[in-house]
Amino acid sequence: MKKLKVIAAMSGGVDSAVAAARAVDAGFEVVGVHLALSSNPQKYRSGARGCCTIEDSHDARRAADVIGIPFYIWDMAEEFHKGVVENFLSEYQSGRTPNPCLRCNEKIKFEAVLDRAKALGFDGVVTGHYAITKDSPTGKTLHRAADIDKDQSYVLAVLRTDQIEGAIFPLGDTVKTDTRKEAKERGLFVANKPDSHDICFVPSGDNAGWLRERLGSETGDIVDQSGKKLGEHKGAYTYTIGQRRGLALTVPDPTGEPRYVLKIEPKSNTVVVGSHDALAVSTISATPPTWCGAIPEVNKTLRGFAQVRAHGAALACDYKFDGTNLIANLDEPVFGLATGQALVIYDNDRVVGSGTICETI
Amino acid sequence: MPIYFDHAATTTMADSAITALNNQLKKLGNASSLHSAGRSVRKDLEGAREDIANAIDCAPSEVIFTATGTEANNLAIKGLYWKAAKEGKKVIITSTFEHHAVMDPIAWLAEHEGAQVVGINVDRNGFIDLAELKQAVAEHKDQIAFISIMHANNEVGTIQDIAQVVKIAGNIPVHSDCVQSFGKVDLSFKKLGLTAATISAHKVGGPLGVAALILKRGLDIEPILHGGGQERDIRSGTFNAPSIVAFAAAAKESVAAANDRSVTVRKLKQELIQTIKKNVPEIWVNGDQEKSLPGIVSTTFPKTDSEGLLLLLDGEGIACSTGSACSAGVQRPSHVLLAMGLSEDETTSTLRFSLSHSNTITEIAKLGAVIASVVARSKAASGKK
Repeated sequence: MKKLKVIAAMSGGVDSAVAAARAVDAGFEVVGVHLALSSNPQKYRSGARGCCTIEDSHDARRAADVIGIPFYIWDMAEEFHKGVVENFLSEYQSGRTPNPCLRCNEKIKFEAVLDRAKALGFDGVVTGHYAITKDSPTGKTLHRAADIDKDQSYVLAVLRTDQIEGAIFPLGDTVKTDTRKEAKERGLFVANKPDSHDICFVPSGDNAGWLRERLGSETGDIVDQSGKKLGEHKGAYTYTIGQRRGLALTVPDPTGEPRYVLKIEPKSNTVVVGSHDALAVSTISATPPTWCGAIPEVNKTLRGFAQVRAHGAALACDYKFDGTNLIANLDEPVFGLATGQALVIYDNDRVVGSGTICETI
Repeated sequence: MPIYFDHAATTTMADSAITALNNQLKKLGNASSLHSAGRSVRKDLEGAREDIANAIDCAPSEVIFTATGTEANNLAIKGLYWKAAKEGKKVIITSTFEHHAVMDPIAWLAEHEGAQVVGINVDRNGFIDLAELKQAVAEHKDQIAFISIMHANNEVGTIQDIAQVVKIAGNIPVHSDCVQSFGKVDLSFKKLGLTAATISAHKVGGPLGVAALILKRGLDIEPILHGGGQERDIRSGTFNAPSIVAFAAAAKESVAAANDRSVTVRKLKQELIQTIKKNVPEIWVNGDQEKSLPGIVSTTFPKTDSEGLLLLLDGEGIACSTGSACSAGVQRPSHVLLAMGLSEDETTSTLRFSLSHSNTITEIAKLGAVIASVVARSKAASGKK
């Protein structure tokens, strides 16, 4: 049988390196590709538009060489800027809190890269994500990883069935410590490279500062739920729903209770604060829904689990698809939920579908 | 066996050079030492210097060994500029499609040392505009530090009329990057009347890590590296005798065989172009085909993406090149092709095949067997309309 040909997306980190090596062991014909994504102002050659860090691309190249696979760099900076960075900015401008990793999986790794790979004659894309795909009569399904602390099914839940079909996750059954151990055994020097945590295109880690630079820092009012001014902010989008610290309110609460960010209103440039109780959310609407598998019957209430943050808890809920939105009614309220994040519905460990949170009650 | 069509990047090391390198590696002695071991190595080294001087037709004392062609270009450009700038001459005239090893030190001088750069345009065929050069020389006259125009272009292979450039320059020093042309076509430092020229060993079958700046006798320029002053006090660093001796062996062989090899390689080049055209009729070849290096073919495959072409050809065991990439490996639109008037899309749809006498008709036929499907897939992946 002819070997299946796959592209291994290699970030320069340990996970994608081991994933690529395992794909080779599994009998795939593997070609390593490092994606040059962001436009960090790394200075090198005049006239260049910028890349991810040069060190990461060298690490990826070295790993590919040690594994013994061809290696190339694909410039996806333009696609990344359009699909991820611009979306990130416009979501903040609209008062929502986006998760750019989801957009990157949706628009870059399993769209731009997968499409290009297929056009070039490859059968799929291998990544170092911690998630599991299983074959089912209706096609591949997406499931939580064995290592629940590393599980990344949440950030992959935006993938459509056809995207899941082209995705290969060789690390789904592995715990992270074993991945590092294996990397070491395979002679991959990235074995001890620290995990990346920050948003890759905000290399300083200062998200608020990065947003201020691009969206300005127009001051506005911080008000209570009745509209009474309690203080001033420096750019509404640098606040997050549920935030308690750093509000610098000038009018203390009469009861002495701490106050939290409840809402960000970009039109009036206002941040609304209130008590912890006011943060409680029981009903979540998300749109547009993406289904990893069969589309549920419209308006039929089903039991499942909702997850609303990367590495957040699985919250028992009823959910339904009303024809437009995915709606979850939580058994227990959740506190401090930002619109713009993803609502992901699980049937035990299987991803049912997801949507971007547009309304919370 | 993989098929190698990237000889302009680096080429097979000549057996004569490997033998010379091995023999010399076994010899003990620093060529600058005064004792007999040192003198013995020095003798070999000076013999090599004479061979290289013969190969490029210059005096042995005009050969300054460096580690790389990039170093030799930097030494010529910065050295000539610093010398001239003392007399207030700060204009540098160059072409718009030089190699980065020339372009970037000139840009550095403009940014940090007040150089004023005049770029002479090139036409669609890859030739500089000599009338424009004449005008620039007339306009800036006494202000000109030097002129640097490459002999043969590394991406498209076109050969400039350097004798004419020197004539137009008059008393103004002229440097020429001859890295690609040396050992491939006729090249006489003396007859051309150059002030400085750059050549490199690994492009002619010598080892990596050795090159030379040919610099007119009696002309003292500021060094970049300060130290023992081994090379005319212009370049310091222990003599790399084994590599220099191997460089000489390769240069000698390459220059002696240049005419015969040129005939062979030109035939292969015609075969390559016809084979590609037969399978992908819409392609075109960039640069003049007559006044050019025998082995370089720059081909544009419209609406494709050269990254994809390279990946797929590599997968078929065929090596070629896409032009320049940044230090992280991302492909950039070629400034050479942009200077020749190609659009950005066209530059990123272009591959360079560079042939040597060791390539065969059979290898070209193998390229012919896969190129159509490779192009079709790359077109589908490129998204270019």
